[in-house]
Amino acid sequence: MSDVVLLVVTGLGLGALYFLAASGLSLIYGLMGVLNFAHGAFMVAGAYAGWLTMSGLPASWGVGLRMAVAIAVAVAVGALIGFVVEVVLIRPLYRRHIQQVLVTVGLSLAAVAAVQGIWGSDAHPLEKPRWLASTTDLAGAQVPNDRFLFIAAAVLLFSALLALLHFTRLGLVIRAGVENRTMVEALGINVQRTFSVVFAIGGAAAGLAGLLGGVYANSVSPLQGGAMLIYAFIVVVIGGMGSLTGTAVAAVAVGLVQQLANYYAASGVGDLSVVLLLAVVLLVRPASMQGAH
Amino acid sequence: MTTTTHERTGTPPTPILEVDDLHVRYGGSHILQGVSFAVPATGVTALLGRNGVGKTTTLKAILGLAPRTGGVALDGDDITRWSVTRTVREGVGYVPEDREVFGGLTVDENLRLVGGDVGADAPVVAELFPDLVNRRAQKAGTLSGGQQQMVALARVLLRDNRLLLVDEPTKGLAPKLVTEVADVLARVAETAPILLVEQNLPVVRRIADTVVVLDAGQVVHRGPAEELMADPDLTRELLGVSMRREARQ
Amino acid sequence: MTRHLKAFPALALLLLLAYLPYLPVELPGVLPGRLNGPGAMQLLALCLTMAGIALSYDVVFGRTGLLSFGHALFVAAGSYLVAIGMSSLELPLPVAALLALAVTTVLALVVGGIALRVGGIAFAMVTLAFAQAASIIVLRNPGNVTGGEEGRSLNRDLMPEVLLGVTNAPYRYWLALAFVAAAWLAVSWLSRTRAGHAMAAVRENEARAAVLGFDVYRAKLIAVVVAAFLGGLGGIVHAVVLGGSNPHLTTAEFTLSLLVMVVLGGAGSRWGAVLGGFLYTYADSRLVGLSGSTLLESLPGAVGNVLSQPLFVLGTFFVIVVYFAPTGLTGLGHRVLRRERVE
Repeated sequence: MSDVVLLVVTGLGLGALYFLAASGLSLIYGLMGVLNFAHGAFMVAGAYAGWLTMSGLPASWGVGLRMAVAIAVAVAVGALIGFVVEVVLIRPLYRRHIQQVLVTVGLSLAAVAAVQGIWGSDAHPLEKPRWLASTTDLAGAQVPNDRFLFIAAAVLLFSALLALLHFTRLGLVIRAGVENRTMVEALGINVQRTFSVVFAIGGAAAGLAGLLGGVYANSVSPLQGGAMLIYAFIVVVIGGMGSLTGTAVAAVAVGLVQQLANYYAASGVGDLSVVLLLAVVLLVRPASMQGAH
Repeated sequence: MTTTTHERTGTPPTPILEVDDLHVRYGGSHILQGVSFAVPATGVTALLGRNGVGKTTTLKAILGLAPRTGGVALDGDDITRWSVTRTVREGVGYVPEDREVFGGLTVDENLRLVGGDVGADAPVVAELFPDLVNRRAQKAGTLSGGQQQMVALARVLLRDNRLLLVDEPTKGLAPKLVTEVADVLARVAETAPILLVEQNLPVVRRIADTVVVLDAGQVVHRGPAEELMADPDLTRELLGVSMRREARQ
Repeated sequence: MTRHLKAFPALALLLLLAYLPYLPVELPGVLPGRLNGPGAMQLLALCLTMAGIALSYDVVFGRTGLLSFGHALFVAAGSYLVAIGMSSLELPLPVAALLALAVTTVLALVVGGIALRVGGIAFAMVTLAFAQAASIIVLRNPGNVTGGEEGRSLNRDLMPEVLLGVTNAPYRYWLALAFVAAAWLAVSWLSRTRAGHAMAAVRENEARAAVLGFDVYRAKLIAVVVAAFLGGLGGIVHAVVLGGSNPHLTTAEFTLSLLVMVVLGGAGSRWGAVLGGFLYTYADSRLVGLSGSTLLESLPGAVGNVLSQPLFVLGTFFVIVVYFAPTGLTGLGHRVLRRERVE
């Protein structure tokens, strides 16, 4: 029993990380039709910004405080990079989707290489406050506390995005744009301005995902972003591009499947099951690729 | 029918829209092959023609939604370089074929998209579309075809329009709804000129002042609506339809 | 007749390239050592192999318009299956190669059959997922068959003598050259068949292709399978040239680099794919060597370090190309030629 509890919570924790990474991707593709391969680079940027903050701040501040600041920095850096990338690289290629995707591909290769060049290819250990590194007893299972942090972050992000989408004008334009971008423009609304904001939001979430991914792995490395990106893509596709709730549900499903299969079958089987899940979903419901085109 | 400025002051009114040698080519087809016509500054101008002749494409080309060459002037200003968004903001309202309301948004949200702070509580909605006020919280995707058409019409009216482009608003609607939509359009035409694509000829006879007929990508007839509607042979020749005895006036 | 005339430049180049191992020329800075020395021959062999693999990717991306992120899967399959065939099954090279090709083709039918059920971006995602699955399998090293992170070397006992050893680098070079030539011929032939026309039509406008009577699904599947076959063949040659299978072939980075190669050279063009593949591989290999150069050492630490990363230079260059020359180098070339002819 305690095994199941542990697996479920860790699965949810993993799903939470995937949601953080995938939510931005989903919005970006749903609204803009851009498959953002640079999302992995946003994650690496957040992770490294957080790591540098933690090592840069004076040790007298204490690990917990430094981590809190690092999280804020990761979010801010992610948002900034997302915004700049959209304005400088994506916007000029308006509606040329293939070229936009290619640009993000090039950017992802260059960004990861730049990080490798400056800080090396090896992983850098990330400090954790003691309470985060320890466990809590939950129905007999020793659950690592960082999982709770991930879940809390994901829930917070989900609520914030939901509120944005349903209670603000920006959210209204985004929801309409995801359904039918051309019609939004044909109503006289400049959808392009929302693009930068959406990219910034996506970047912020990705930056957070990157740093928390580092907390999960106890280190930051240049290839972490890419590894998580693939699962993020899978989550977005399973959940339906542009659908926030869909992404959330898919993230939970993927996290749980991966965790449970890896434990009960064999290490690695979980990863493969996720791929299988994707194939099954796509064959049964190809319409999950709806979104702006 | 509205009285023209000409009759009152004796000066010829400038058309609200002038289309000059409009060509549209895509997917390898040459859909519009030099369309030229003018839309008077008042009243309803009906754009007629058989299926597939390019009526919807003409409206899209005017707005900028289809790749075009040629001249388009709004009240004398050349708008060929304007973006779709700018054109709409400058007062060209568009009600597309198949309505294209946002199904996942409520009626109120669909309206607020254009109206900003005002949605279903706008005066024009209460006046012309009382049914929508009651349905303000209903998701637009669950509305009937007729109700969706009302949403599509209402939302463009939340902006000040100099010209309305309306594409087959009565398509697929029951006769009673067709009359309702025609009534609304007639009332709207009192405040803004309408370029109306319509296949339903009784509606055209009822509310149109001028007609422009397209065939094979070009304009083949223009003139007062009365004339065309009174001539069954000409109607049959141009539109391939015979004007049956009217069910309604 | 004109068809044969058009083939003249390619044929001439092929003959020139075939002759290279006889030239003891030195090209300092461009190639390590003599042109027909093992270092240069090895590098050129690798570049030619990648040129051929890029050409195979062009069949699916450039000619049919399918954004596939799974092509690396088939290249890796060819490479690993031949290594496994020789080491675990003790098959001689030709037999192992045939087996690898057969399995790769079947794999393509399965993956393509599933992935092509959806279009556009969904297709891209499914192919990416399959490639990722392969990467996972390879790295987990089930039954010690794939060698995990270190890869799997080819069984030297079963390799033909002529392909082994440092001094036999020219023979591996000729093998790579033969591969590119074969791939070139295959692609040329394909573009003239009904299937090839269908692929081009699908790339132009899929809806219209269907209206014109082409079986869109079949055209796409043929493209995927042919590309996979040629890619798998490239994987086999790659394994021979390098002496073993390399997990790098399963990474997302490799998949993306194929895309970069084709776009850089010019998608949809044989010359484009070959040039893109060749130049990218060359740059990737040589830029690493630059990190020791004095030019870079004179730059401040971080900047120098970043510029010495080949993928940084290539990625940035790629972004620039996509922006200013989306038709790639061959597209630029055509523009220049056209201007010259007009003047």
